[in-house]
Amino acid sequence: MADTPHPTRISMPATAKRGDIIDIKTLIQHEMETGYRRDANGRVIPRDIVAHFEVRYLDEIIFAADTFAGVSANPYFAFSTIVGDSGPVTFTWTDLAGRKTVETRTLTVT
Amino acid sequence: MVGLVFAASQAVGLCSLAAQTNLPSRPAIAKPGNVYQSPATQAQQADDGANPAMLWVGQGEKLWSSTDAGDGKSCAGCHGDAVASMKGVATRYPQIDAKSGALLNLEGRINQCRTDRQHATPYAYESAPLLSLTAYITLQSRGMPRDVKIDGAAAAQFEAGRSFFVTRQGQLNLACTQCHDQSVGQKLRGDTISQGQSGGWPAYRFEWQTMGSLHRRLRACSLGVRAEQLPFGSPEYVALELYLAWRSQDLPLDAPGVRR
Ligand code: HEC
Ligand code: HEC
Repeated sequence: MADTPHPTRISMPATAKRGDIIDIKTLIQHEMETGYRRDANGRVIPRDIVAHFEVRYLDEIIFAADTFAGVSANPYFAFSTIVGDSGPVTFTWTDLAGRKTVETRTLTVT
Repeated sequence: MVGLVFAASQAVGLCSLAAQTNLPSRPAIAKPGNVYQSPATQAQQADDGANPAMLWVGQGEKLWSSTDAGDGKSCAGCHGDAVASMKGVATRYPQIDAKSGALLNLEGRINQCRTDRQHATPYAYESAPLLSLTAYITLQSRGMPRDVKIDGAAAAQFEAGRSFFVTRQGQLNLACTQCHDQSVGQKLRGDTISQGQSGGWPAYRFEWQTMGSLHRRLRACSLGVRAEQLPFGSPEYVALELYLAWRSQDLPLDAPGVRR
C-alpha cells in the first residue's frame, strides 16, 4: 500500500458484474483545521485541510472533489460508479501542502 | 454564550416537571441513545462504511498488535486475537479490580495493562490511542447485553453512582434523572433528550468533530447544568458509569455510536 499519512476507511465490493452500479464509501481521519481558530496564546492555528480528493478506476477519474475550510473534520464521501473491466481503484486525498494519502483497492469483474 | 443562556432557560423550564428525585430510576423499556437521533445520524451509525468512529476502531486494531510500547510486547502478544479474547469483556465494565479493590472502567483496565504489563506510560484519557483501543475492544461486544456486578465489593460504588444520578446539581439544580427519566423525548436546544444510556459510547459526536469517551459526554451534561465538571476518569464518574451500565438492563451494546 502506498504512503498513507492519514488513516482511511474504504468500503466497496471486491467483486462485481460488468454493468453493475456499485456504491463506494470513503472516510479519512483528518482534522480539517480551518485556519480561523486561535490557540490559547492567541496565535492563528494554520489551516490544514484536505484540499482535493480524487478516485481513479483503471486510471480514469470517476470521482473528484475540491474541499475547503467549511468541510467537517474526518470527511466522508460516498458515490456510485458503473463496473467495467477488472482493475485497480485508486483513492488520493491531497492536503494544502501537497501531501498525499493514497489507497488502492482491486475490483474484480466476475 | 447566547446559546448556553438559551439552554439554561429551557433547562430551568424542565425543573417544573420534576417531582421527586430520590427514586431508583431504571426505565421500564430501555431505549438506546441513537433512536433519539435524526434518521440520517442513525443511518450513519448503522453503516460501518459511513460511521466515522470506525476510523478510530481501525486505529485501535493497529495498536492492538503494535510492539512499540514499553517491553515491546503488544496487546496481541498476550491476548491473541481480540475478536475472540475481548468478546464480551466490555459488558463487564466497570468492575472491581481484585488486586487494588478500585472500581475500573475499560479505559482504566487498558491503562493498567499499559503500566503493569507493558511497562509503558499510561495513555492520557481522551487521547486518540486510548479512545481507539476502547472503541476497538467495545466493538467486540457489539449486540451483547451488559453484565456488571453491583453487589459485594461493588455495592458501595453502585450506591454512589445511583445517588449521583438522582442528586440535584449545579446552578440549574438539576439531577440526571430529571432529564433522562422525567424529560425523555423533550427538546433541549437542538437535542432530543434520550434516556441517557451509555451503551453507544465511546461515540463520534459531530459537535465535537471527533470521537469522545463517555466521560466527555458526562462532562458535557455536568456543564449543561452548570455543575463542576469532574476530571476524566474520576472515581465519581466511574461509579456513575457503573450505575448507568446497570440501568441499561438488557440493552445491547451498540458502540461506537454517532451523535449530533
Ligand atoms: C438538562 C438536562 C440534562 C441533565 C440534567 C443531564 N443530561 Fe445527559 N444529556 C442531555 C442531553 C440534551 C443529551 C444529548 C441528547 C441525548 O442523547 O440525550 C444528554 C446525553 C447524555 C448521555 C448520552 C446518551 C447517548 O446515548 O448518547 C448520557 C450517558 C447522559 N446524558 C448522562 C447524564 C448523566 C449521568 C447526568 C447527570 C450527571 C446527565 N446526563 C444530566 C441532557 C441532560
Ligand atoms: C504481558 C501480557 C499482557 C500485555 C502485553 C497486555 N495484557 Fe491485558 N491483560 C493481561 C492479563 C494477565 C490480564 C488479566 C487477565 C485476568 O485477570 O482475567 C489482562 C487483562 C486485560 C483486560 C481485561 C480483560 C477482562 O476479561 O476483563 C483488557 C481489556 C486488557 N487486558 C487489554 C489490554 C490491552 C489493550 C493491551 C495493550 C495495550 C494489553 N491488555 C496488554 C496481560 C497482558
